[in-house]
Amino acid sequence: MTTYEIIKYPDERLKSIAEPVGKFDDNLRKFLVDLEATMYAGPGGVGIAAPQIGKNQRIAIVDVSSMAKRARKNRPLKHQGKMVLINPEIIEWEGMAIGREGCMSVPDYTGNVIRAEKITLNAYNAKGEQQSYTCEGFEARAVQHEIDHLDGLLFIDRLVSRRNDLFRRKTK
Amino acid sequence: MSNWFMLTLVGKDRAGIVAQITTTLFENNCNLGEASMMRLGGNFSIMLMVSYQGDAKALKNRLAPVTDRLALKIHIDAIEAKLHQHVIPDVRISVLGADRAGIVSQVTSALSDAGLDILDLESDVGGSQDKPLYIMHIEGRAIKGIEPLESAITQIRSNKIDVHLSPIETMIA
Repeated sequence: MTTYEIIKYPDERLKSIAEPVGKFDDNLRKFLVDLEATMYAGPGGVGIAAPQIGKNQRIAIVDVSSMAKRARKNRPLKHQGKMVLINPEIIEWEGMAIGREGCMSVPDYTGNVIRAEKITLNAYNAKGEQQSYTCEGFEARAVQHEIDHLDGLLFIDRLVSRRNDLFRRKTK
Repeated sequence: MSNWFMLTLVGKDRAGIVAQITTTLFENNCNLGEASMMRLGGNFSIMLMVSYQGDAKALKNRLAPVTDRLALKIHIDAIEAKLHQHVIPDVRISVLGADRAGIVSQVTSALSDAGLDILDLESDVGGSQDKPLYIMHIEGRAIKGIEPLESAITQIRSNKIDVHLSPIETMIA
């Protein structure tokens, strides 16, 4: 297992549209192990996309369970553990939420971005089986952030402000 | 060797201040770090981190023609440049209420006692002349966790001040 170096903006490789994965072989599975290790080694550790290590393929991993452990009892964070997202496609968007994001490829900078509150997506797993996921809140935000990487977009392309927006979280 | 300075400029607002100041700085071989400009009630202010080869006095002299022309008050401090050390806030507090003396003092004192390190504060007076409305947003770091801040807010909340706390969860991916 190795970890890759994260490439940083303004590296042009972060701006290209990634190619779909065609072969679900051992090379892909080995790459996924290393990509996952790189994700967990990062400062956020909740998501990574292949273009962030310079591989121009439609591959991302999202796992927000570490945030869920830190969430407070009265506001649990819904998640489905580690999701390997190959050739992902969001097919439904619902609601809008503003939230703060940062990115391993844009160190030491955070800002507010608007994302869909709830999404449904299709993606292939490491074995090449198609999966369907419905994500909301923080997890939906992470998935949208990663899929943006596959389309050459960074959160700074979607920044609405740095701070002080009138956002108030839903209280349950 | 370059030294870092915090350059603070204050004066009446008008169009073109930032362009004229930064051009003068550039022409004098200064490099800019981070900057924050604020316009409040027709007044202009900016804090600029400037890297310059000379000392504070020389920098002030270099800027004098433009600051005199724009009638800006200038203040320069030698600083340690703290670039790439942003502190990420984890809590946001909004205060809304009828404008009256002492709101900021009351709210910030209670929050400070409960462990809030304020990183950003902004407030406006809206509403109408006869019924002014005070709106304040604070972002900060909850040094002792969120719970003490929530208890503090319950204490200060009244029918005249509406205080809300929301955690900021920054998603870094």
